[in-house]
Amino acid sequence: MKVTITVNGTPYTRDVEPRTLLAYFLREHCGLTGTHVGCDTSSCGCCVAVLDGQTAVKTCTMFAVQADGHEILTVEGLAAGGALHPIQQAFSDQHGLHCGYCTPGMMLTTVALLKHTPAPTEAQIREGLAGNLCRCTGYNNIVKAVQQAADVLRQPAAATK
Amino acid sequence: MSADVKAGHAIGVAMKRKEDPRFVQGKGHYVDDFSFPGMLFMALVRSPYPHATIKSIDISAAMKVPGVKAVITGKDLEAAGLGWLPTFHGLDKQMVLAIGKVLFQYQEVAAVFAESREAAADGAEQVQVDYDPLPVVADPFASKTDTVLLRPDREQKTNHIYHWEVGDRDRTDQTLAKSAKRVKQRIWFQRCHPAPLEPCGCVAFFDTMGRLQFYVTSQAPHVYRTALSLVTGIPEDRIHVISPDIGGGFGNKVPVYPGYVCAVVGALKLGHPVKWIETRTENLTSTGFARDYHMDVELGATADGKLTAVKVATTADHGAFDCAADPTKYPAGMFGICTGSYDVPVAHAEVDAYFTNKAPGGIAYRCSFRVTEASYAIERTMDVLADELGIDAVELRRKNFVKKEQFPYASALGFTYDSGDYEKTLQKALDTIGYQALLKEQQEKRARGELMGIGFSTFTEVVGAGPSKHFDILGIKMFDSAEIRIHPTGAGIVRAGTKSQGQGHETTWAQIVAEELGLDPQQIMVEEGDTDTAPYGLGTYASRSTPVAGAAIAMAARRIREKARKIAAHLLEVGEADVEWVDYRFQVKGVPAKTVTMKEVAFAAYTNMAQNEPGLEATFYYDPPNMTFPNGTYVAVVDVDRETGEVKVRRFLAVDDCGTIINPMIVEGQVHGGLTEGFAIAFMQEIQYDADGNNLNTNFTDYLVPTAQEAPHWETAQTVTPSPHHPIGAKGVGESPNVGSPAAFVNAVVDALSPLGVRHLEMPVTREKVWRAIREAEAGKGKAART
Repeated sequence: MKVTITVNGTPYTRDVEPRTLLAYFLREHCGLTGTHVGCDTSSCGCCVAVLDGQTAVKTCTMFAVQADGHEILTVEGLAAGGALHPIQQAFSDQHGLHCGYCTPGMMLTTVALLKHTPAPTEAQIREGLAGNLCRCTGYNNIVKAVQQAADVLRQPAAATK
Repeated sequence: MSADVKAGHAIGVAMKRKEDPRFVQGKGHYVDDFSFPGMLFMALVRSPYPHATIKSIDISAAMKVPGVKAVITGKDLEAAGLGWLPTFHGLDKQMVLAIGKVLFQYQEVAAVFAESREAAADGAEQVQVDYDPLPVVADPFASKTDTVLLRPDREQKTNHIYHWEVGDRDRTDQTLAKSAKRVKQRIWFQRCHPAPLEPCGCVAFFDTMGRLQFYVTSQAPHVYRTALSLVTGIPEDRIHVISPDIGGGFGNKVPVYPGYVCAVVGALKLGHPVKWIETRTENLTSTGFARDYHMDVELGATADGKLTAVKVATTADHGAFDCAADPTKYPAGMFGICTGSYDVPVAHAEVDAYFTNKAPGGIAYRCSFRVTEASYAIERTMDVLADELGIDAVELRRKNFVKKEQFPYASALGFTYDSGDYEKTLQKALDTIGYQALLKEQQEKRARGELMGIGFSTFTEVVGAGPSKHFDILGIKMFDSAEIRIHPTGAGIVRAGTKSQGQGHETTWAQIVAEELGLDPQQIMVEEGDTDTAPYGLGTYASRSTPVAGAAIAMAARRIREKARKIAAHLLEVGEADVEWVDYRFQVKGVPAKTVTMKEVAFAAYTNMAQNEPGLEATFYYDPPNMTFPNGTYVAVVDVDRETGEVKVRRFLAVDDCGTIINPMIVEGQVHGGLTEGFAIAFMQEIQYDADGNNLNTNFTDYLVPTAQEAPHWETAQTVTPSPHHPIGAKGVGESPNVGSPAAFVNAVVDALSPLGVRHLEMPVTREKVWRAIREAEAGKGKAART
């Protein structure tokens, strides 16, 4: 089946099997290997991307054909103009990653979380990230990274008040 | 929390990680990210039976699946002399693909090669295997009877794999018999699995010159190269192992797995690159599990609580093959650390290991070999003893600590502890957590019938394997290595025999070089995992990277400094004896104004070296004189809901002493991560088998690992007691939190329930277990269960 999915602003038209998962569409049809796969049961969240700028989706729970005509943001689309996105910067500043395998999914979940909850409490952050597993960091510093990113992302809005 | 670092003064700085820009942009290269033209995918057919004879395998339907290129079985491999794989400590061998029978559920039976991931999976489904089920042995105690012989392939016709012991059995028994107090506790450290988020996998191909290029998730790439050469007969120079970025390892990526051998065979047979990536289910059901030790722990003490003897007898469940990744002479690893932080006059430890119809393994899951089991045994039982004696668990520990002035301390079970100040570390923990206030609060709560617990663990680890006179894997001594090259501009590269899986070696190794040579760590590139370029090393596990490779890096840098001193003397126009290394630069003795930097020397090494050999590089193979002994005091504070059995970890403080700290940010991060895995083991993670040998925890919906919601907030602190025998005094830290914390958690829950008479709970301490313990205790006391 022919699908056109816009990933990080670039349309990708590909012929895919109906059973092709969006995760493998991104990895193998678009060559965007920053989206990782860590389980078979949509439990780990390594494959999270943002759908239509609003929703964090586990791309292993979605067929590529379901994303036909939609926009997807992956980790490769976060940095802009040579500068890291505030969420990327915050994960690095706060040592919110070790092996890096969960990190793309963790950051894209954060994109959606902060879009809907710009000033989250620690409990809201922990709840918001509960669909993303990390085996390395113990989450303390991921929470701090999300807090830092939230602070930075709120600044322009705060300045216009 | 992170900081920038300038040239020199690099050790002890919370330098931001050099690997992060790659990882936060999705530019890491994990094994599944590699693709090559014409690449085939491999899928494995696995047994649904835990124990069964294979009557026949029919591959004809599979071969008809579009895209399927080949199917291989155990018979094919056996005919090629590749039927069996040696296990790392050499005590056993493992079937690559089942030969004649299967010995555990999910065992590898056939490999299917196809043009796509999906076609390979479709093909695997079409392989028809006719099984004849055999009686299942799912329990090591049942295995002991040898009623069902599981491994007739072995010379020894018994399910007993080995007996190992250390210490003085007779004196220990005699001492226990005459001790005023004596406690005995059966403790099971349950089977669990490291479950790194990236499963295991590989890509194998033979390049145009017929050389094997092998990309693999390996914590020990050089050992893989040697093992592959020994197994396949391919000369070692014709094998190139590349371990790219690894998505977590925790010991799971130390053994060589059957799938790797199949992928190499497929690549050779078909002339195409072959990729094999495990599913999560395959990872949890067939690759190295950890623990599964049933330990009978016995402590003797005087009436006032001075330990007189420690005795531990263990029954170990090793599954279908003995794939425990332990050093050759240590089938039960470093289990002799079970006397812990305590000055024990006499002790004895023994382990008997048995085959069962379960997945093989016994790997060191975020710990030095079997140290977590040993640490848990002593730390849990110390609380049982404190309860029996009616004294505070902290006081009992303090009374028995090895004292600061006793180091180096020769333990009853043969280790020489390098250094420690246990009293100071404990006191820091007590002060930081506010122990007296917590005790007061607990007293008040108990008066109201509320259940609050405070649990301690004052553990000592043994890591950094190890001295060549004792430690080897497949005969290869457990040294490690480093090669450093300094370029003309003062930038450089360091290569080591280790392999980071998230520990941040690209940063910490650069910091060691920068500190030793007064260079900018931002311009020291670190490369690991490529056997063509890195010097031979045994890899990263058992907290050996900093104790062994970290030492090799410091020593190689010091060799460079000695070479550089000659060039500096030439530049400073003095004799070499008149040059000293002061404040990260060379200086003419007594003349602070006459100096030359390492950067200047580096340039001269290529442009103005006078009579000296050009270039500035060195290699060092470090054979550690001893192990290192990181230690710590951990405190857990829990509230238990009497009605539901829910345990809330309200506070957790880890005070670690890992010797010299290279990067405090990374050390703290390692502690956070290890504590979370310790929490997971204490409360959640277990690989269970039913009586018929069925694995009940085959994916992340059944094998529970903590999310951000379950994981507590971690508090950390440090004391620093350098290792006297390590070049920079570092001991290693990545595993301490996983080794030390399970006992603190369980001790806290048992402490909370102690007013009800509860003395022990088995891990994982689930809500149900706690609820039942409360109900049974209340019923036993004749109180009506509250509903």
